[in-house]
Amino acid sequence: MSIELKDISKHFGAVTAVNQVSFSVEDGELMALLGPSGGGKTTVLRMIAGLEVPSSGDIYVRGQRVNDVSVQQRNIGFVFQNYALFKNMSVFKNVAFGLRIKKWKRRDVRDRVEELLALFGLEDLGPRYPHQLSGGQRQRVAIARALATKPSVLLLDEPFGAVDAKIRQELREWLVTLHHELNVTTIFVTHDQEEAMEVSNRIVIFSRGNLEQIGTPRQVYEEPANEFVARFIGVINVLELEVRQGVARLNELEFPAHGVPEGQRLRIGFRPYAVQISSNLQLYRYRATLRHTFFLGVMLRVELELPSGLTIRARMTKEEYAHLGLEDGAYVSFQIRQYRILAKEGMPLAPETASTQDAIVYGEGI
Amino acid sequence: MVDRRFNVLPGFGLTMGYTLLYLGLIVLLPVAGLFLRLAGVSFEEFWRMATTERAVAAYRLTFGASFVAATINAVFGTVVAWVLVRYHFPGKRFFDALVDFPFALPTAVAGLTLSNLYAETGWLGRFLVPLGIHGAFTSLGVVIALTFIGLPFVVRTLQPVLEHFDHEVEEAAATLGAGRLRTFVSIIGPTLLPTIITGFALAFARAIGEYGSVIFIAGNKPYESEIAPLLIVIRLEEYDYTGAIAIAVVLLFISFGLLVVINLLERWASRYEN
Amino acid sequence: MAGEGIQESRLVRWGLIAVAGTFLGLFLLLPLVNVFVQAFAEGWSGYLEALRQPDTLAAIRLTLTVAAIVVPLNVVFGVAAAWAVAKFEFRGKPLLITLIDLPFSISPVVAGLVFMVLFGTQGYFGEWLLERDIKILFALPGIALATLFVTFPFVARELIPVMQATGSEQEQAALTLGANGWQTFWRVTLPSVKWGLLYGIILCNARAMGEFGAVSVVSGHITGLTDTMPLRVEKLYQEYDATGAFAVASLLALLALLTLGFKTCLEWQQQRAYERAQRAVKSADAPSS
Repeated sequence: MSIELKDISKHFGAVTAVNQVSFSVEDGELMALLGPSGGGKTTVLRMIAGLEVPSSGDIYVRGQRVNDVSVQQRNIGFVFQNYALFKNMSVFKNVAFGLRIKKWKRRDVRDRVEELLALFGLEDLGPRYPHQLSGGQRQRVAIARALATKPSVLLLDEPFGAVDAKIRQELREWLVTLHHELNVTTIFVTHDQEEAMEVSNRIVIFSRGNLEQIGTPRQVYEEPANEFVARFIGVINVLELEVRQGVARLNELEFPAHGVPEGQRLRIGFRPYAVQISSNLQLYRYRATLRHTFFLGVMLRVELELPSGLTIRARMTKEEYAHLGLEDGAYVSFQIRQYRILAKEGMPLAPETASTQDAIVYGEGI
Repeated sequence: MVDRRFNVLPGFGLTMGYTLLYLGLIVLLPVAGLFLRLAGVSFEEFWRMATTERAVAAYRLTFGASFVAATINAVFGTVVAWVLVRYHFPGKRFFDALVDFPFALPTAVAGLTLSNLYAETGWLGRFLVPLGIHGAFTSLGVVIALTFIGLPFVVRTLQPVLEHFDHEVEEAAATLGAGRLRTFVSIIGPTLLPTIITGFALAFARAIGEYGSVIFIAGNKPYESEIAPLLIVIRLEEYDYTGAIAIAVVLLFISFGLLVVINLLERWASRYEN
Repeated sequence: MAGEGIQESRLVRWGLIAVAGTFLGLFLLLPLVNVFVQAFAEGWSGYLEALRQPDTLAAIRLTLTVAAIVVPLNVVFGVAAAWAVAKFEFRGKPLLITLIDLPFSISPVVAGLVFMVLFGTQGYFGEWLLERDIKILFALPGIALATLFVTFPFVARELIPVMQATGSEQEQAALTLGANGWQTFWRVTLPSVKWGLLYGIILCNARAMGEFGAVSVVSGHITGLTDTMPLRVEKLYQEYDATGAFAVASLLALLALLTLGFKTCLEWQQQRAYERAQRAVKSADAPSS
């Protein structure tokens, strides 16, 4: 186990930025801390680095408690959101800074810096100053600087936040490759779920200082622990229903709810891909009109309007769409293959407080 | 002169015309008149008047005391700016507001109170004079007055730069193992230096022209504690206009030279920006 | 807020605070307190008596008159110059700004000298004025001119950055809504720069009332006639009337304190407005779940 957080909390005055968070990171993992801004993820990253001191709880690195170890002694590599390059130093001196502090021999410093610059495709940029570099180059210098002293863990704060959309994709792929080559434990913070899904092995999701879920990208998408996670990762339909005689209803939609007390209100979620559509009106149970089609590249998203006026979103490939001969205004039948009960009445519906155990109920196809 | 396609606002002709007229009448023509008076004077004659022994002694005092005062302000002004931006302590807002006091206080009042403080019977003089430190009616008094006059410049130039100093940069140095002293010496210091020098130059330029506060506290003895602006006044009282103008022109050229230097410094300070 | 190792130790922190406090105390606070202590050295009655001297009252009147002439003239100029510089693009703009700032980099004594050269007995118009018995030097017009010169940049310099920051979009919007140039200026431009303008006026006034060097050269020092308050301070000081000198000085110091107080209030108010706006933006951004 590389890093372990136990019951970490952080208060800034009356504000609780991080609330009782525990998780661990394995050696060599590439982990994302994901959440909306103000979720506490950056504070967690800064506490691991030693830039903030936890109000309570313990942080262990390789089994050693590091709460009282100063940031200078922690041997972590930190890449700041805006890179924080030293403007008054050349690229070479930036990368060499940590090595000089550690009093490496002159020769060794030069070899190590040149090795890193070569690895990062920055060979010719050694004498340049930060203001003479492009955004992508600056980021690579910042990562090279952080890695120079061979830290036990690499921490990145919103690593793709400061570059434009075009370079971002390139940098994501580059980071995955780099991680593969160096195999250094890496934790990065992002507010972009797509980025977290694409780059990381595992994702920790935060909201308002609370840890909502930890899991692989697939787990958090397919088995969201609560409504917040379900809504934050990808697109989902959420309905609020009432149980009558063992069946949860909203207008014409019905979901089996055996053993749920009469009159209980439920929130149910299902992904657009779980909605199956047919142009054969007899095939599935429900009818709807196809209102809008959104082209998303290979995939399409359609909006279905039920006779009662309820609107749900569904997803299919271009081939399926063509095969079914659909167009806006078409009348179709559909079914919902898979759904989850996200929240029940009596437990608060606010996403950040929905607890994990209660939310896991799988529905079967109807 | 102005590109109409980009601006539909009215009043350019009126305001620009008035600006140029007023600027010309109040500032430019009078200053031009000063230089015009020298037209009939040969350079040798000008040089002789500008560099009399008494004038040279006055320049030496003016520039020497201004330099020392600006240096004191560069050192302590940096500490003051740092403390005001970075730390919290009781009375901070009061001290922050007080820094502008020399800008607002008439120089005659500054000179009066400073000379009183450092005189033998003054609050500071009664301790300093027995130690042999004569702050009033000596060239040391000139330094004291000019330090007061120039105090806000370094602080006020440095404060915004310190406020916008990227905190992440200091944190980056810390994650790379650098302690506070090392971070200050290799990163914060070099970044702030041009700004400190700019503040120094502003304080220096202001000190060179200062008159009011100095004549109260300096003894105004020729060759000893007589500053260059005072010598201009003395020449005028002797009806030696050309002699006065000669010294004034020397001061003007030095002021303009400093203005150029300050501009270059500001460009140098932003050399690491895009 | 920050963790250990990214802040100075307590000892260094308080050491630096002590150094800064001592420096400011010695060079700013002590001289300020000294003005008032010396002014009241002979008690209230001595203070009032010192101020009631006819020549001192004349100096106060002259200073108020000069400020009343100089400040409005420089305000009109400052607004016109700021409008031309901030709202329009033209060639030579940096040069114009440098020229407007010129009086700041000229010694006050030289500023006075410049008018001696124009209107003095040996000056360009000296004889012409003498023949017609027009008094400029050693009289109110000369003092006003010298003060105009040294306070020339204050209003323009405060207004230009404020007007540049607000941009021209509001004015353009007003024009599209049918306002004419004057209406646009009075109802849109002026309200949005009023605090900057007020601050410029206050600074200009403080300097106009406190100017010493330039006025000293052109005034002639005629007691009761051409002595302004700062010149009166000097004269009383030379006559070894310490209480009298400090009494007049205390009025000028009070003016400086009022100026500073006003500036500080203005800054705090703007900072609060800024923080309010920041909070509003933040709460609007917060995820609504």
